[in-house]
Amino acid sequence: MGLQAIFFYLFAFIAVASAFMVISAKNPVHSVLFLILVFFNAAGLFLLTGAEFLAMILLVVYIGAVAVLFLFVVMMLDIDFAELRSGVLQYAPVGILIGLIVAAELIVVIGGSVLTPDAARSITMPIPNPAERTNTAALGDVLYTNYVYFFQIAGLVLLVAMIGAIVLTLRHRTNIKRQDISKQVARTPATAVEVVKVKPGQGV
Amino acid sequence: MDSFFSIYVWPGLIMVAQSLLLLVCLLVFIAYILLADRKIWAAVQLRRGPNVVGPFGLFQSFADLLKFVFKEPIIPAGANKSVFLLAPLVSVTLALATWAVIPLNENWVIANINVGILYVFAISSLEVYGIIMSGWASNSKYPFLGALRSAAQMVSYEVSIGFVIVTVLLCVGSLNLSDIVYAQKDGLGTMVGLPNSFLDWHWLSLFPMFVIFFISGLAETNRPPFDLPEAESELVAGYMVEYSSAPYMMLMLGEYAAILLICSLTTILFLGGWLPPLDIAVLNWVPGIIWFVLKGSFVFFLFAMVKAFVPRYRYDQLMRLGWKVFLPLSLAMVIITAFVLKLTGWA
Repeated sequence: MGLQAIFFYLFAFIAVASAFMVISAKNPVHSVLFLILVFFNAAGLFLLTGAEFLAMILLVVYIGAVAVLFLFVVMMLDIDFAELRSGVLQYAPVGILIGLIVAAELIVVIGGSVLTPDAARSITMPIPNPAERTNTAALGDVLYTNYVYFFQIAGLVLLVAMIGAIVLTLRHRTNIKRQDISKQVARTPATAVEVVKVKPGQGV
Repeated sequence: MDSFFSIYVWPGLIMVAQSLLLLVCLLVFIAYILLADRKIWAAVQLRRGPNVVGPFGLFQSFADLLKFVFKEPIIPAGANKSVFLLAPLVSVTLALATWAVIPLNENWVIANINVGILYVFAISSLEVYGIIMSGWASNSKYPFLGALRSAAQMVSYEVSIGFVIVTVLLCVGSLNLSDIVYAQKDGLGTMVGLPNSFLDWHWLSLFPMFVIFFISGLAETNRPPFDLPEAESELVAGYMVEYSSAPYMMLMLGEYAAILLICSLTTILFLGGWLPPLDIAVLNWVPGIIWFVLKGSFVFFLFAMVKAFVPRYRYDQLMRLGWKVFLPLSLAMVIITAFVLKLTGWA
């Protein structure tokens, strides 16, 4: 058993164990922290398969940004644990159903690649030799040449979602003093200061 | 069995030894960086700074270390104990883990990985967890406010740091940190016919990005003028309020290791890493590590000077600078750089 196998079982075990902790931890903040641990180990598994770019992107995007905001929100929530617990049995059938569907899909995908290992190679692009091509460059080639339109459309969908979120939350309130930096910078002594000669005993 | 030793055990032992050596050097360096920070700050304010322990106060940081270690760690009764103690560990471990891929000299790097810069970016984006966890686990309002500020701040400035890195990568064509340094051997200076010099480094050709990276680096490491997560005039000490003794020391250590990392990253991305400033024999004899340390220290000197004479930003100004100034500017620079490189065929 090589070092790679040892690390695979290490990452996989921690990932599965902390995934279990995500749903069983009492404190939701602990759940999110365990979720981060799951992401971390998934990044480790990506590294083991040689997909170093994906591993790093998983770290940057999911742990560095998405999970931070997630943690941010969960920390701010005032959650009533007793109320949260009471609904478990009610939602269990839906959860079990979704779990079964995901499991079935996984079995189909893995079973398919076990039965016909060459199928994946024949329908997609030829896989370049990892020794002479870094996977950053290979991914970039595929995304920006072959699938550039899909990539752009995906970007546009995200842009629309972002604008939608801003539009939904933006309120224009009147009677609020806001700082206008350009106006402040443009102020000169001539426009801001008035020199007045005051006669004694009269005031301005 | 022989092959087992030659494949796994010896390389593993060598790597452990290298890492330990780097760690020890780094920690000693951090001790003196801390002292330098205080001394520079003092000098700007016409004070003496720490000058009691050892000659010129040179052993001050070690005295502080002993003090922190021997004091009693206090854990607040309402704190979430495990997360409270985990937070300083996370912050130190992440800050030190990044150093595995930093090339200090030609081939002086513990892990010369292909996606080095992404690794650094990824790990430094995780450093926010140390702060959020410590702020939340303290179960007290000032640390929590500090943690919330820090989360928003670090996520905002990471975006522009990411775009700055993308611009450098466009010019270099590799994510490997050593390749980024090699790419600065010739550049703007050699293009107009000068010999290899400091004019070739990216700081000149990508000057706006250099400035953005420096300022975003200040914000990313919570240095003044962007030290709102620990603003002493508003939040006492922000996320560190409830910490004492060794855990506090670890938070400080993580913070300074992150600052040093940003300094060395600036050196690698913009100041030519270990390359000598002029390609003449005398300067080439000086080992690259010396140049690296000198450049890194210079960047840290700038950090310390900024701390000494720039007043703290207000929080909305901080957000405005990050999202309304740096983000459009760096995004525009990415596009301009890509077009220039494509049209002129330089890359």
